[in-house]
Amino acid sequence: MESNYIDDNNWTMVIRPQRAWWDLRLGELWRYRDLIWLFVWRDFVAYYKQTILGPLWYLIQPILTTLVFTIIFGNVARLSTDGLPPFLFYLAGNTVWTYFSSCLTATSNTFTINANIFGKVYFPRLSIPVSVVISNMISFGIRLLLFLGFLAYFMVAGSEVFPTWWCLLLPVLLFINAGIGLGLGIIVSALTTKYRDLQHLVSFGVQLMMYATPVIYPISSLEGGWRWLLIANPITPVIEIFRLGFLGVSALSPAYLLYSVAFTVAILLIGMLVFNHVEATFMDTV
Amino acid sequence: MSDIVVSIENLSKAYQLGSIGTGTFYGDVTRWWAKKRGLPDPLLKVDETTRESRNGETVWALQGIDFTVKQGEAVGIIGRNGAGKSTMLKILSRVTAPTSGVVKVKGRIASLLEVGTGFHPELTGRENIYLNGAIMGMNRAEVDRKFDEIVDFSGVEKFIDTPVKRYSSGMYVRLAFAVAAHLEPEILLIDEVLAVGDAAFQKKCLGKMDDVTHSGRTVIFVSHQMAFVENLCSRVLWLHDGCVAGLGKTPEIVDQYMQQIRDKVTATNLGERTDRYGNGVVRFQQAWLEDGEKSIVDYFRVGDRSASVNVLLSTPKSESVEGNAVLVINDASGFHLLSVRSEDKGILVRAKGTSVLSFVLERIHLMPGTYYCNLYFGRPGGNEAYDFVENAFSMRVEPGDFHEIGRVLSPQPEKFIVKFDITCRQVEPA
Repeated sequence: MESNYIDDNNWTMVIRPQRAWWDLRLGELWRYRDLIWLFVWRDFVAYYKQTILGPLWYLIQPILTTLVFTIIFGNVARLSTDGLPPFLFYLAGNTVWTYFSSCLTATSNTFTINANIFGKVYFPRLSIPVSVVISNMISFGIRLLLFLGFLAYFMVAGSEVFPTWWCLLLPVLLFINAGIGLGLGIIVSALTTKYRDLQHLVSFGVQLMMYATPVIYPISSLEGGWRWLLIANPITPVIEIFRLGFLGVSALSPAYLLYSVAFTVAILLIGMLVFNHVEATFMDTV
Repeated sequence: MSDIVVSIENLSKAYQLGSIGTGTFYGDVTRWWAKKRGLPDPLLKVDETTRESRNGETVWALQGIDFTVKQGEAVGIIGRNGAGKSTMLKILSRVTAPTSGVVKVKGRIASLLEVGTGFHPELTGRENIYLNGAIMGMNRAEVDRKFDEIVDFSGVEKFIDTPVKRYSSGMYVRLAFAVAAHLEPEILLIDEVLAVGDAAFQKKCLGKMDDVTHSGRTVIFVSHQMAFVENLCSRVLWLHDGCVAGLGKTPEIVDQYMQQIRDKVTATNLGERTDRYGNGVVRFQQAWLEDGEKSIVDYFRVGDRSASVNVLLSTPKSESVEGNAVLVINDASGFHLLSVRSEDKGILVRAKGTSVLSFVLERIHLMPGTYYCNLYFGRPGGNEAYDFVENAFSMRVEPGDFHEIGRVLSPQPEKFIVKFDITCRQVEPA
């Protein structure tokens, strides 16, 4: 609650031309948590309403993608999988990567897709991307269960896979994925209010970025010149440490996660500042 | 402690016209870099630098507005299209930020710029009530508390677990309005778009708004339908080109406003309308209203004499056409109030090429409000339409001095008025 003592009045709200850059109003976001939750639930429910297979779609897509990866990259191209069963290897990469990429793509059009509703009523704009990240976390949870199911099957069948204590870092991995996806996504969404072409960049940029992330190959298979690119990619440690945690093999030191965490915090902060700056007047330009 | 709940101080809002920035990232960076070094904008054409091109691109939607609203007051904001009414509401509802100035608000503010914002077609009525309520700023507990009331008000309880995409548009709007109507903010912003729809719905809307005002809450109502403003608001802010043109008691300001717009009236174009029936022997082109002095007017007043509805028509297929011309006047819900039929008086209307058809009304017996007119031209004594346009134009009737006693009658809910005499004489007891 802001007070204005000059007028001897207790104003509950003061509308000014521009808020300070650092005034993120996270408290307001918290007050609207019911709304965030409803958005999450809406996205989740609307995803499979009036479909035959319903929630099964959350499983079909990763299985099919992983099968294709296994056939093309494993059987045809014969890429290394660090000695892991190819199916599990790709499923792990795909599970983690999909969460990041869906967070990024789904938050990057926040302003353009919601222009209609943003133009009619005020609520903290950040609640939309935040809800997207949460609802994607639910689908990640489903994929994770699927992955764990296959993992258990492969272990029973006698494959050389064994979860390690590093799997307890899963919440950190999730935070990095969600944070970078959200941070980058809202930066793009803020910029697309002015430069529409960024949206196209994101859709194929994410695809390209997958190849610069060890999703379909392990980092150990890349030595020399291009390795720095992989190391600089903050998602690389996430995928590698996920594999280390659940499958027991990775050539990357978990220390690299610290870099990813720092990157996440930075990008989140920048993202919220930019988003905050744009949300006040974006209705005039979109 | 004063009872002012909204205080607007020196509020201005500028919009950039045309393309924002140079359109490309590279262009913006170049421009920004040149500005940093104090060089002229390299992307402006030479002749553009001489005139103030940047200022030319800016439009002030609002300029230096000072205005306060007291607790429990219903204030109307009027003005022509583009006067800044909507911008004002957008700033108050925080959809967009002002360019300069400050708005201070005491209490929770909710805006009804549209009903059903954020309704998701796949979700059921029940689910949408919660979603829509949350978007409007209610928390879950509040919606829980009012849920039954909302469903009751909307009258869709039978379909509450059906996806709203299967609702009729009427049900959809009713449900959406029901949610909106049960918000309980201290300050309510309402755009007149809310008041469209059928008459019954309008009535419900207005009734609800009236309740809201009388329950001590503050209402800011934007409209260019004077009838609504006069019914609901005690005070009016009149905006003109982004500035305050008048502020004061409703009747005075509305009068001034009407005076001002009287000169700027135009005819309704019918030539382009495609929702018409008939064989096209006659085609209505334009419709407009004239007062008794044959000058074009925007509206009639109750009791106007020799006012006329005029229709420009053409006969594309033949040189001249004879027939029965009908003007039907409906209320907002489409209910036929009266018809003016040439046949009823034995008049055979003859249109030759481009003609002006005039329905001259001896007196206006309609009460203030907006009426909608159908135009029909057809075969004499038959049912064959040459041209028929429903809702061809609207006809506004403003309060007037019907009884010619030097007093304007205040608007009443009824539709008609007649001349009368009242006597009272003493009689011998039987």
